[in-house]
Amino acid sequence: MNVEPSSQSPRQRAWRRFKRNRPAVAGALFLALTIAFVLLYPLFSPYPPEQVSDSQFARPSLQHWMGTDVHGRDLLVRLCYGARISLVVGVVGALISLVIGVLWGAIAGYVGGRLDAVMMRFVDVLYSMPSIIFAIVLMSAVEPPAERWLAHLGLPADRSVRLIVLFAGLGAVSWLTMARIVRGQVLSLRTRAFVDASRALGAGTGHILRRHIIPNVLGVVIVYLTLTVPGIILYESFLSFLGLGIQPPMASWGSLIAEGVGQINPIRIYWWLIAFPAGFLVLTLLALNYVGDGLRDAWDVRGA
Amino acid sequence: MHSLVQQRCPNILALWSLILLAAACAPQERRADITIINGAEPESLDPAIVTGIPEMRITRALFDGLTRLDPRTAKPVPALAERWDISPDGLVYTFHLRSNAVWSTGEPITSADVLWSWLRTLNPATGSDYAGQLFWIQGAEDFHHGRVPAEQVGLRAPDPRVFQVRLTAPVPFFLDICAFPALAVVPGQVIERHGDRWLHARPLPVSGAFQLGAWRLNDRVRLVRNPRYWDAANTASEIIDVLPIGSPSTALNLYETGAADIVWDKDLVPAELLDVLAKRPDFHTFDFLGTYFYRFNVTREPFNDARVRLAFALATDKAELVRKLLNSGEKPAFHFVPEATANYDPPEGVPCNPLRARELLAQAGFPEGKGFPRVHYAFPSAAGASGNMARKIAVELQQMWRETLGVTVELRQIERKVFYSAQSRLDFNLSASSWVADYNDPNTFLDLFTSSSGNNRTGWQNAEYDRLIREANLQTNDTARIELFRRAEQLLVNEEVPIVPLYFFAGFNYFDPSKIAGIHQNPLDEHPLQFIRRIRESAMAAGAPESSSAQSAF
Amino acid sequence: MYFLRRIGFAIPLLLLISFLAFVLVRMAPGGPFDRERAAASPEVERQLKQKYRLDEPLWKQYGYFLGNLLRGDLGPSLRYRNHTVNDIVAEALPVSMLLGMLAFGFALGVGLPLGFFSAVHRGRWQDWAGSFAALLAVCIPGLVLAPLLVVTVAIKWRLLPVGLWGSPWHAVLPTIALGLFFAGKVARLMREGMLGVMQSEFITTARAKGLGEHQVMLRHAFRLAVLPVVSYCGPLLADLLTGSFVVENIFQIPGIGTFFVNSMVNRDHTMTVGLVLLYAVLLVLLNLLVDFIHAALDPRIRYA
Repeated sequence: MNVEPSSQSPRQRAWRRFKRNRPAVAGALFLALTIAFVLLYPLFSPYPPEQVSDSQFARPSLQHWMGTDVHGRDLLVRLCYGARISLVVGVVGALISLVIGVLWGAIAGYVGGRLDAVMMRFVDVLYSMPSIIFAIVLMSAVEPPAERWLAHLGLPADRSVRLIVLFAGLGAVSWLTMARIVRGQVLSLRTRAFVDASRALGAGTGHILRRHIIPNVLGVVIVYLTLTVPGIILYESFLSFLGLGIQPPMASWGSLIAEGVGQINPIRIYWWLIAFPAGFLVLTLLALNYVGDGLRDAWDVRGA
Repeated sequence: MHSLVQQRCPNILALWSLILLAAACAPQERRADITIINGAEPESLDPAIVTGIPEMRITRALFDGLTRLDPRTAKPVPALAERWDISPDGLVYTFHLRSNAVWSTGEPITSADVLWSWLRTLNPATGSDYAGQLFWIQGAEDFHHGRVPAEQVGLRAPDPRVFQVRLTAPVPFFLDICAFPALAVVPGQVIERHGDRWLHARPLPVSGAFQLGAWRLNDRVRLVRNPRYWDAANTASEIIDVLPIGSPSTALNLYETGAADIVWDKDLVPAELLDVLAKRPDFHTFDFLGTYFYRFNVTREPFNDARVRLAFALATDKAELVRKLLNSGEKPAFHFVPEATANYDPPEGVPCNPLRARELLAQAGFPEGKGFPRVHYAFPSAAGASGNMARKIAVELQQMWRETLGVTVELRQIERKVFYSAQSRLDFNLSASSWVADYNDPNTFLDLFTSSSGNNRTGWQNAEYDRLIREANLQTNDTARIELFRRAEQLLVNEEVPIVPLYFFAGFNYFDPSKIAGIHQNPLDEHPLQFIRRIRESAMAAGAPESSSAQSAF
Repeated sequence: MYFLRRIGFAIPLLLLISFLAFVLVRMAPGGPFDRERAAASPEVERQLKQKYRLDEPLWKQYGYFLGNLLRGDLGPSLRYRNHTVNDIVAEALPVSMLLGMLAFGFALGVGLPLGFFSAVHRGRWQDWAGSFAALLAVCIPGLVLAPLLVVTVAIKWRLLPVGLWGSPWHAVLPTIALGLFFAGKVARLMREGMLGVMQSEFITTARAKGLGEHQVMLRHAFRLAVLPVVSYCGPLLADLLTGSFVVENIFQIPGIGTFFVNSMVNRDHTMTVGLVLLYAVLLVLLNLLVDFIHAALDPRIRYA
């Protein structure tokens, strides 16, 4: 990718390569189908996601394809709602980490010198801090004021607050790697031969940024983004395990798994409560990772 | 390829193998006679400081009081005091200490030790949450607040074997309180010398049936028989290991594979399995003095209106809740004080009555829930069974209120410390709560909602209620006392309704009765470690199916 | 010389980390003495706060903390009131370190061969299978894996103990539960590294010199390809050595990982700050070690 003789833009070339990568295409297809399913299925399901009923712990059957939980709620519908929340949390969290990380890394890398040193030392400091601290402080300290503030604006604050705080908290604990990667990329691109050559040929800063730096950084960023989403989804499941995740009666994959894990015991296992949420989560994470790998190969990114 | 790694990073691998070697060679401890799974890791083993039931089970084994609880009935029986005299007005107790009561280090336990221990608990600098148990003693509350010197507290040690206590009211449960950990006798000299780390001192003089062999956080507390205990002849086991375990599934796994003999904490039983477990011979359930309930914040709209509160209470179908979520021994609670409580005969309480509930809500200005303000039901997040149960109850309650009253209450799971801080600052609308008896008397429950109680946490203050409780505790006639308490509880749950009781706890434990003896079910879930023993023959015959190969290999 | 300078830089970094942690934990709402039962009187709480100096201004508290730190004392635990933070670290850290080392060995022992194996069979079915196994390991949350291991291996087949700590047998399942994720990660890094190196001129030269394929791969390619793994080892070890909440919780292991999370949940401020500092020190030292190994492995790197 050093010198770029072909007439194709990096984007076109990447797309062409991505299409040839079968696991990545399969992963992307799976994700698309999953998203379509979780959006559409609840419209046709006879069970509202929070409808408590008397048929507790029903096995998977024609009525309840994936069985029911302790409150007699249909697991499939809850899984769909959980998927929506988990995917939204994953994507929004990753986007937040993207915005912070890219800005931070790009500024540090591009300006360089003392500012770079200070900014990257700051990243080092945060890096050595267990993220659970930030998560808890953010979740517990930000939620009440955020809620008051929303209520002040006359918005129905109730459920959205925890979700927003969750976005912010997860984004805020996962931007560090992004910042480091972007900085490294910008730093190395600034001094690369083709940038110098371009500059020698009389190209302006704008042209260099547009033609060389942004497309190359974009590749890394997109790749890393697809790998951050699974990380955030897993982290949310850990927070749910601690009881800091999504508020009941809402569900996320994490909270469903945390409920299901409690069912694993030597005497009697309501297997559907753990098998379906965990299976769904693992498949989705696999798909996301395959897509991420495919994108990485397509953009020819190293070290992300 | 491995050889290459070894060449290049010898330091890491060498370190690794060194540590492995060290672990393999570490001396293996002797296996305990009995291993008990006990609930969360003890925050402390200082009897003046502990607040949780799992901790108290251990401190009771380490430090004895003037009385102790009988393993069958949980009634107070003589311990360090072999007998006592009570003045006719019920205000002065004179305890006579045993002549064979000695510390595990050999020195005699004197009335001066008792005096020192009780004053220490009263001293606010000790940080005892249970100092209030001693406020029945004359001058104790004033001393606690620094208003009078120690000499003016109604405690006297006229003789090394005689200890005298003067009370402010003739409460019938004072001997129960004497068995409470906060009033246990602790070694003053060691505490003064070592400060907060006094439990790490060796030798550690103890007054109870067991010595503290080892205390490793999140690993185990090892208790070793104290041969100098006055009742050492009746101590059945040489070594008892108490394991702190937070997760019900881990507890069950350990028990099922034989790594533990006894599991006893209501927090350690997986609720979903109760229907299966309850049928097994090694599963034991019994009435236990504790109530799960929810609090209203009566200082905030809309629950400042007693009609709204009563409507919520009537709309709460407790029987349904118990049937659906708690299928073993718990009983729906229509009133606050559990039925099994001594010295008491509870009122009828609040039934479930959806029609009347809707009527009341309409009267209060919210017909069919219309115009009802946005309110939330707060409950704490916690690991273990109680956290899950709190969540399940919240989900069911929300549904009941929505169906019966047309009101949608938001659920809010809050981190534990934030939850309790908000609860005590009255920053909530509805708040999940529970209360467990400290001693077997209605006062331990009803005292909660007096105006001056720090545990009130509803904002509800009622002069009539305060008067009833105060008079009940001054009353020496049993029938009259019961009547006063009944009247107070009636006011609490039927008329003013600052709280809604949901269910009475049940106690659980599992152990194989053909292998373990000496555990009796009683309403305080109190099982003195001293009397628990392994039945030898059957243990030999059954040939413990545990991971024995793993145990013996090293 | 270079390493001495690095250590010199680390000290202000560590101070900053401790200060940040100090401030953050005190920002979260709720305090160490908020509990289900109120204290006997407000006086008890006041005296407790005074005793642990929680009633003084923040800068003063931090001053005391630094003073104690100079004497190597991290202060008393606010939750385990009969223990100091030093007591707890001294008890729990060795356990976590041992388990972490075992999991580290497992991660390298499984991950390196797997990644190597995938890379040399690039594009063939062995590569697909190897990469899939590595990816699966990354996608299964420990939260699900650990209980499943317990129920199958320990309870169904009765091969190993279900929990507790003591003999080497007790360490097997936790090692797998903790190490598998990292094994997958190491395998992926290793494969990446190998693929990168195999395309480089360096290997072509080695082949041209007439060295056998086997020797080229092991002697030359591996040595360079393992570098990304080595860089990853620093943070990996720091994470592993300080324990894992989920694994320690499920297997009931008396390590330090549970304290990390619980101290935050319990608002045990001194404990949290002490543990953060411990983690940061470990991270700094391990990163230093990593650089050292880098220099030894890669002849191109020289530190002045």
